[in-house]
Amino acid sequence: MASYSTNEFRSGLKIMLDGDPCSIIENEFVKPGKGQAFNRVKIRNLKTGRVLDKTFKSGESVDGADVVDSEMQFLYNDSEFWHFMDPVSYEQQAADVNAVGDAHQWLKAQDLCEVTLYNGSPIGVTPPNFVELEIADTDPGLKGDTAQGGTKPATLETGAVVKVPLFLEIGEQVRVDTRSGEYMSRVKK
Amino acid sequence: MSWLPGANLQVVRERARIYRQIRSFFNTRGCLEVDTPVLMPTTNTDTQITSIEVPDGRDFNYLQTSPEFAMKRLLAAGSGSIFQICHAFRQGESGRLHNPEFSLLEWYRVGYDYQQLMHEMELLMTTLSLRRCSFSRITYKQLFRQSLGLDIDAIGLSQLREECTRQVPDMDSTRLDLDQCLDLLLGVAIAPTMRGYQFVYDYPVSQAALARVKADDPSVAERFELFFDGVELANGFSELIDASQQRRRFEQDNALRAERGLPQHAIDERLLEALESGLEDCAGVALGLDRLLMVLLDLDSIDRVLTFRD
Repeated sequence: MASYSTNEFRSGLKIMLDGDPCSIIENEFVKPGKGQAFNRVKIRNLKTGRVLDKTFKSGESVDGADVVDSEMQFLYNDSEFWHFMDPVSYEQQAADVNAVGDAHQWLKAQDLCEVTLYNGSPIGVTPPNFVELEIADTDPGLKGDTAQGGTKPATLETGAVVKVPLFLEIGEQVRVDTRSGEYMSRVKK
Repeated sequence: MSWLPGANLQVVRERARIYRQIRSFFNTRGCLEVDTPVLMPTTNTDTQITSIEVPDGRDFNYLQTSPEFAMKRLLAAGSGSIFQICHAFRQGESGRLHNPEFSLLEWYRVGYDYQQLMHEMELLMTTLSLRRCSFSRITYKQLFRQSLGLDIDAIGLSQLREECTRQVPDMDSTRLDLDQCLDLLLGVAIAPTMRGYQFVYDYPVSQAALARVKADDPSVAERFELFFDGVELANGFSELIDASQQRRRFEQDNALRAERGLPQHAIDERLLEALESGLEDCAGVALGLDRLLMVLLDLDSIDRVLTFRD
């Protein structure tokens, strides 16, 4: 794997830190006009999801991490693994609960997700920014209450619970932003 | 990607305003505007500054990291006090406060020392900001004592590294040298706590750069920097005019460059000849104009004041 000098640091770069693959979130260059430069970096550990700070002397090098984000189709989950397939090569990957994390609540068969592979194995799954899911359970809808702002919890077919407007019924489709977990709109069939 | 400028037109106009006012300020104060080449066959030996090399077909030239050497040759030729607005270039410096190409105002005052130059700088800053500004002054040593409780004269390298680890625990400070430790502490621990316009002066002699050593205290150099809210805006000196001492500093830089595996640079012999021919006592300072605009307009990134950063 290539190594990167601090002056190649940019957000999204994948590097190894203390044996774990990490992704750079933010890179701040600190340098007095006539003195030593430093890079203060915010990094996400891709295995644990934890965000940490690290300061480097500029000019130092770190090893790159063999991390690839690949677009894969979610197939199904058995009791242990979530299974994904590369829609071009048909190659399959099984991601465990640590890799899938909170993404599991948005995963619907056939949807395209971003699967992060480290040394060829999944360590992270990012669902699509927007998903369309069916309401599996919610309190009965209130007729005539389409304009007021009230909400109620609804459990979606994938298990996620989101706040939806009061007029929605079981069986209806909703569009949700997976980054915020917020209801966006009703999807008319 | 957009073709549009990163600086909005208000910023473009504000830059034009401060350039006009800078010219008027120095014209009325008897300072001559000059223009020196950006492309020169020699460059700065400073170990912390990387020059951009430009092949011209036969040889390499360098984009100047500052107009200092050329301006000193003009001074030695008898120009009297001079100022220049120009671009300077430093490879690899890029970030919220840095761009490899940046704008400078640099001026030299014949017969001044650094204290007098700080005073003139206050007048200029007040003129440019169109309001009364207050300035504080603190020595480099006092700043460390006041901010961190550190007496940098009394403590050794290992204690300084311990302080670095305490202040910046996410950094491996075990191999930093003394000046690197001081740079880390100033840049990361102290600067974020600094408020308003603040001159820091009397830098350790190991960071003298091109400043004269203080006659009554050889542990410090007559160098100052101006900060606003901890952002470095300007760097100035009572200029070193002794040619043999200047040659020794260039040679020390190159020795340190060799030690660190950096390319060594040919010494600017024309500058040394100019110093040998005689340079009057003078003081000079460089003010970063992009950062000055950021401060005047309360903008948090250099992107917002550069017309284009494609």
